[in-house]
Amino acid sequence: MGFPPEIILEAVLNGLLTGAVYGLVALGLTLVYGVLHIINFAHGALLTAAMYAAYVARASFGVDPYVAALPLAALFFGVGYLVQRLVIGPASRGKDENILLVTLGLSIIIENLMLAVFRSDTRSIDVPYAMEVIEFGPALLSYPRVIGFGATILVGIALFVLMRFTATGKAIRAVAKERTGAALVGIDVAHIYAVTFGIGTACLAISAALLLPSFYVSPRVGNAFVLVAFTIVVLGGMGSVVGALVGGLVIGVVESLSGLYLGESLGQIGIFLIFILVLLVRPTGLFGARA
Amino acid sequence: MTMNGIARRSLMLGSAGVLATPLVAGAQAPAVKLGILQPVTGALSQDGEYGRLGAELAIAEINAGGGIRALGGARIETVFGDARSNPEGGVAEVEKMQAEGVTAIVGGFASPICLAASQAASRYNLPYVVDVGVSDQIVSRGLTNTFRFGPGFGVVTQTALDNLVALNDAAGKPSRTVVIVHEDGLFGSGMARLLNAELPKRGFEVLETIAHPTPARDMNNVALRIRSLRPDLVIPSSYYAEFVLLSRTMQQQRIRPKGIYCVLNGAASNYRFVREFPDAANLVMDCNHWPDPRKPRTAELRRAVEAQNRFWLYNVPLNYSAVMLVADALERAGRNDRATLTTALAATDGAFTKHIMPYGPTRFVNGQNQAGAPVNTQVQGGDIKVIFPRDFADAQPVYPVTG
Repeated sequence: MGFPPEIILEAVLNGLLTGAVYGLVALGLTLVYGVLHIINFAHGALLTAAMYAAYVARASFGVDPYVAALPLAALFFGVGYLVQRLVIGPASRGKDENILLVTLGLSIIIENLMLAVFRSDTRSIDVPYAMEVIEFGPALLSYPRVIGFGATILVGIALFVLMRFTATGKAIRAVAKERTGAALVGIDVAHIYAVTFGIGTACLAISAALLLPSFYVSPRVGNAFVLVAFTIVVLGGMGSVVGALVGGLVIGVVESLSGLYLGESLGQIGIFLIFILVLLVRPTGLFGARA
Repeated sequence: MTMNGIARRSLMLGSAGVLATPLVAGAQAPAVKLGILQPVTGALSQDGEYGRLGAELAIAEINAGGGIRALGGARIETVFGDARSNPEGGVAEVEKMQAEGVTAIVGGFASPICLAASQAASRYNLPYVVDVGVSDQIVSRGLTNTFRFGPGFGVVTQTALDNLVALNDAAGKPSRTVVIVHEDGLFGSGMARLLNAELPKRGFEVLETIAHPTPARDMNNVALRIRSLRPDLVIPSSYYAEFVLLSRTMQQQRIRPKGIYCVLNGAASNYRFVREFPDAANLVMDCNHWPDPRKPRTAELRRAVEAQNRFWLYNVPLNYSAVMLVADALERAGRNDRATLTTALAATDGAFTKHIMPYGPTRFVNGQNQAGAPVNTQVQGGDIKVIFPRDFADAQPVYPVTG
C-alpha cells in the first residue's frame, strides 16, 4: 500500500482544494446555526437548486459558471432572505423544533420540484477548461479545483470583513450573542435572521458555481454534500466560521486519502469515522465555544 | 339466479358479437403488444434511450412491412417502460406491462435490471428477451421465459482474453503488467474477479484492481493510483460516464500506458465519446457488442440513426436484433400466446437472418444463444474500427501505443 511521496502529496493537495469548497457549503450551514440556532435541513436542497441554476445559466444561456457566480449569489441571497422572512420565520412561531420540521418540509418540496422539472437524469456541463491542469511542483492540479480554492478564500475574507467592519456584521454578531439584548437596543431581529439566512444561501450559490465545472447535478446531489457539510460543522464546532473552513480542508484531505488507500467505493468511510469520533471525544468541535 | 346470470351473460355476449362483427370484419388482426423496457432516466439514461431507439426502428420496420404475417398482418404495438436505472424500477414496469397484457418484453440493458425484470416476468410466464445484460446469472437460473441473443460474460471475457494474448504476442509481448479498473456493481465486479483469475494464467501480472461506484464524481484517486503503479495495460470495465471521466483524467494526469484495453466498456465503442473527446478516445480498444459490418442492413440502420442526429451505439443494433428475434418467433408460433412464443423462441435456428449481429446460426441452450459473440474495436483517427475477428476486420490494431 505504499505510495511514492509525490502521489500522496498530490492526493493531499487535491483533498485541500476539494475541501475548500466543502468548507464553503458548510459555512452557510454553520452561519445559520450560529445566529438562528437552527439546523437548516433545506441546505442540501438549496444547494441542488443553486447547481441547477448554474446548469441552466450555462446550458441555456451559455454563461460560464464562474461569471454566473456573483449574480447567482445575489439571486440566492434574495431567495434565502425571503424564505426565512416569509416561510421559516412565521411558521416556526418561535419554537426550534418547528423550524426543524419546516426546513425538512422545504427540502422535500424543493427536491421534488427539481425532480419534476429536470427528471432524475444526472447532468453535467462541458467547459473548455474542465480538464486543464496547473503544474504545482510534481503535482498536476485541476484548474476548476484551484479556482474553487481561490474563490473560497476570497469569500472567507469577504465574510470576515462583513462581520467585523460593517454595521450589519455587528448586528448579526449581536443577535447571535444575545437576541433579546439586541432587540432592546433597536436591532430588527427578524431582518437580521433573514439576512443571515440569505448570506448562507448566497454561499451555497457560489459553491454551486464552483462545483459545476467538475461535477454533475441531479435532484438529490445536494444530500451527498450536506452529509459532508454536517460532519464539517460538527468537526469545526457548531456555529464557528473558521471551524467550517478548517474543518472543510481536513475533511477534504481525509476523503482524498481514504479514497486513495481504500478505493473510491469505501473512500467516504473516513469522513463518517471522523464524525463519530468527534462526537465521542470532542463534542464541541475544534473551534466550538459552547459546551 | 345462476340461470339468470348465465342467460344474461349469453345475451350480452350475443349482442356484443352482433354489434362487433361488422367492425371486426373491416379491421386488422389485433395488435401484438410488445413491452420495451429501458432505463431512460437516471445514470443509465443514455444507454436506455439508444436501446429504445433500436427497438423502435425494428418495430417501425416490421409494421411498415405488413406486420406479423402469420397473425394476419398483426401490427406490433409498443408498451414502453422506464426502468429508471435500477432493478426496482424494472420490476415495477414489468408489473405494469403484465397489466397491459404484453406478449413479450425486450430490453433491460444493465445486468441487475435484466435479472430482476426477467424474474418478475417469469411469474407470468412472460417471455423476456435480454438486450445487453451480460451477467451469466441471467441465463443460469433455470428460467424458461428468459432469452439472451447476445453473448454473456463468459464468452465475451474468453474472447477478450484470447484476442489480448494474440494482440500482445503479435507485437512482441510489450505488455506484462495490468491494472484493472471496474465499477463496483454486479457487472464490473464479476468482470474483475474473472480477469484476476484468468490474466495470470496467460502471463500477465495484475498489479491492482481498483473499484469505483456508479455514478462516480471524481477519478483523480484512481488516476493517481494508476500513475504510481505504472502498468503496461489498463483494463477498465465501467459504464459510459465513468469511463469518460477516467480516460479524461488519465489524459489530464498524462498517464499513457501501452494500451487501454476495455472489456464490455460503455464508452470505447461509442461514437459520442469519439466525437466529443477525440484525444481521450484515440486508440482505446474494446471487446464488446458490435453489429456485423458485412450486412447491408447495418449500414442502412446506421444512416437512419445518424439522420436523426443520434450517435451509432451498439444498443441500437442489439435491440433491433432482439425485436427482430421476437418477430421471427411470432411468425413461427402462429399464435399471439406467451407459451407458444416461448417454445418458438427456444426453437430459433439458423433460418433467423433478420438480425444484424456478426453471429453464426442461432441456437438457444437454456435461453442463451450459443452463437452470440463479441468483436474487438479500436478508436482510430476519429472512427471506430474492427480489429478482431480478422475475417471482417477493417483495420490493423495500433499497439503498443507510443508517445
